[in-house]
Amino acid sequence: MSLLQVKRLGKSYDLETKVLKDISFDVEAGEFVSIIGPSGAGKSTLLRSINRMVEINEGHVIFDNNDVGSLKKKELRQLRTDIGMIFQHYNLVPRLSVIENVLHGRFGYKTTIQGILGRFTEDEKERAFYLLDKLGIGEHAYKRCDQLSGGQQQRVGIARALIQDPKLVLCDEPIASLDPNTSKIIMDHLQSIVSELNITCIVNLHQVEVAQTYSDRIIGLKAGEIVFDGPTPWLTDDRIHHIYGTETRELITG
Amino acid sequence: MKREKEMKRKRWQTTILLAVIIVVTYVSIAITEFNVLTGITAIPQAIGWMFSHLLITQESLAKLPSILEKLNETIFMSIAATTTAAAVSIFLGLMGSKTTRVSNVLSVLARFIASFSRNIPVVAWALILLLSFGQNSMTGYLALFVGTVGFLTRAFIESIDEVSGSAVEALTATGATYFQIVNKAVIPQSLPQMISWILFMIETNIRSATLVGILTGTGIGYIFDLYYKTMDYNTVALVTFTIVITVIAIEMASNYIRKVIL
Ligand SMILES: Nc1ncnc2c1ncn2[C@@H]1O[C@H](COP(=O)(O)OP(=O)(O)O)[C@@H](O)[C@H]1O
Ligand SMILES: [Mg+2]
Repeated sequence: MSLLQVKRLGKSYDLETKVLKDISFDVEAGEFVSIIGPSGAGKSTLLRSINRMVEINEGHVIFDNNDVGSLKKKELRQLRTDIGMIFQHYNLVPRLSVIENVLHGRFGYKTTIQGILGRFTEDEKERAFYLLDKLGIGEHAYKRCDQLSGGQQQRVGIARALIQDPKLVLCDEPIASLDPNTSKIIMDHLQSIVSELNITCIVNLHQVEVAQTYSDRIIGLKAGEIVFDGPTPWLTDDRIHHIYGTETRELITG
Repeated sequence: MKREKEMKRKRWQTTILLAVIIVVTYVSIAITEFNVLTGITAIPQAIGWMFSHLLITQESLAKLPSILEKLNETIFMSIAATTTAAAVSIFLGLMGSKTTRVSNVLSVLARFIASFSRNIPVVAWALILLLSFGQNSMTGYLALFVGTVGFLTRAFIESIDEVSGSAVEALTATGATYFQIVNKAVIPQSLPQMISWILFMIETNIRSATLVGILTGTGIGYIFDLYYKTMDYNTVALVTFTIVITVIAIEMASNYIRKVIL
C-alpha cells in the first residue's frame, strides 16, 4: 500500500470559497514529488492537510495506514513524529542555539516533563551533531540561530526535521527566501534525503525549473484543483502554461 | 489628477482637525472656567514659592532614616506587586495570545480581564479597594497589582504573538506537546521583551505607589502627606528629593539590564 493516499480531499476556510476541491493522489515511499502552481492555488493548505496542521473538511488523508482526519490528539502527535516539516521562513527559535533547535525535533518522542527539562539521550545528541556535520554547519552548533545566514538557518530546519526520523518530509517553499546558489545547496540536500535516507519528500515550489530538475513527479495545482499529475518529463510547456495560464495573462494586462 | 485630489483631501482633513482641536480647547477652558492667562502668569510665582519654601534643611535631614524606611517599604511593595502580577500575566498572556491560546472562551476572558483592569486608573482602584480593605498596605499592593496585571497581560500577548508564531507552528508539526512548546519556544523567545516590560512596570509602580500611599496611608506617600499637612515643607522637599533619586536610580538600573538582555 502507498505511504500516503489523499482521497477526494476538500477544504475551505470560510463558507464562500473552497480552497481545495476533490484532491486525490497517492505517494509511494521514496518518491520526490513537487507541487507547483500560482500563489493562492492552495499548495500550503494541501501540505498542511497531510499532517493536519489545518483541519480537513471533506475526504480522507491516509498516511501509513492511519486516517489522519479521525486521529485523537495523542495519536495525531504520534503520527506527526513520522512527518518532518520545512518552512519558507525556517520557523526556528531565533534566540536559541542551533543544537537546541535541532533537538526540538525530538520532542514528539518525549513526555512533557522530559521535553521541558531537556533530557536528551547521548544517542540523540550524537545524531544531532552528525546531522549538522552532514549538512555542513557543524561548526555553528553553539551559535544562536539569529546569527546565521538564511541558507544556514534552512539547514538547521532540515536537521530538525531529519532528527525526527521521519518517513515523509513536507517542504513549504523551502527556497523562496534564498538566492539561487543557496537554493541549489538546499535542494541538493533535499535530494540526498530521498536518495540516501530513502525518506519521501513532498515539496511546494513556485519555480518550475527547480521542480523539473529535482523531482520524480510533479503535481500541478490551480485554483484548488489538480490540473496535472505525472512524471516530470510529461510536464510540457503547454501544460505549464495551463497551470499558470491565468496568472501570466494577469501579469501582462495588470 | 488622482494624487492632486488626494492631497487636497489631506489638506482639508488637517484644517478640520486643527479647527476641532481649537474648539475643544476653547470649550474646555470655558466649561472649567480655567483662565489661561492667570494660569501661565502663575507659573513663575509658583517656581519662586518652591525655591523659597522647599528647602532641605539640617533639621529635616534628621528625619532621613525614617523617610528611607518608608521609602524602602514603598519600593518593595511596588516590586512585589509587579512580580506577582507578572506571574499572573504570563498565564493570562498565554491564554489570550492567538498563537498559544487553548480555547476561544479563555482567550476572550483573558483579554477582558486585561482591558477591564487596565482601563480603570490605579488611583481609582485604590479608592475602590479602600472601601473593602481599609487603610493598609494590602490595599496599596492590590491596587498596583490589579493595574499591573491589566497592562502586562496586554504587553505579553503582543510580545508572544509578535515573536513566536512561526516556531510554534514548527514545533506543533513535530508532535511536541503544548507545555513543551511554551517552555522551549515561546518563553525563551519572548522573555527579554517580557522582562523589559516588567522593568518598565516597576518604574511606573514606584511612581504610582507614592500617590496610592497618600490614599492608603502607607509607605512614602504617607510620610509625604503627613509633613505636607503639618506644613513642614522642608521635609516635604526631602521626601520628594528621595523619591526623584530613587526613580532615576531604578530607571538607570533597568536600562542597564535591558541593554544586557536584549
Ligand atoms: N488560515 C487561513 N484562513 C483563511 N484563508 C486562508 C488561510 N490560509 C490560506 N487561505 C486562503 O486559501 C487560499 C490558498 O492559500 P494557500 O494554501 O496559502 O496557497 P498557496 O500556498 O498555493 O499560495 C488563498 O486564497 C488564501 O487566501
Ligand atoms: Mg504557500
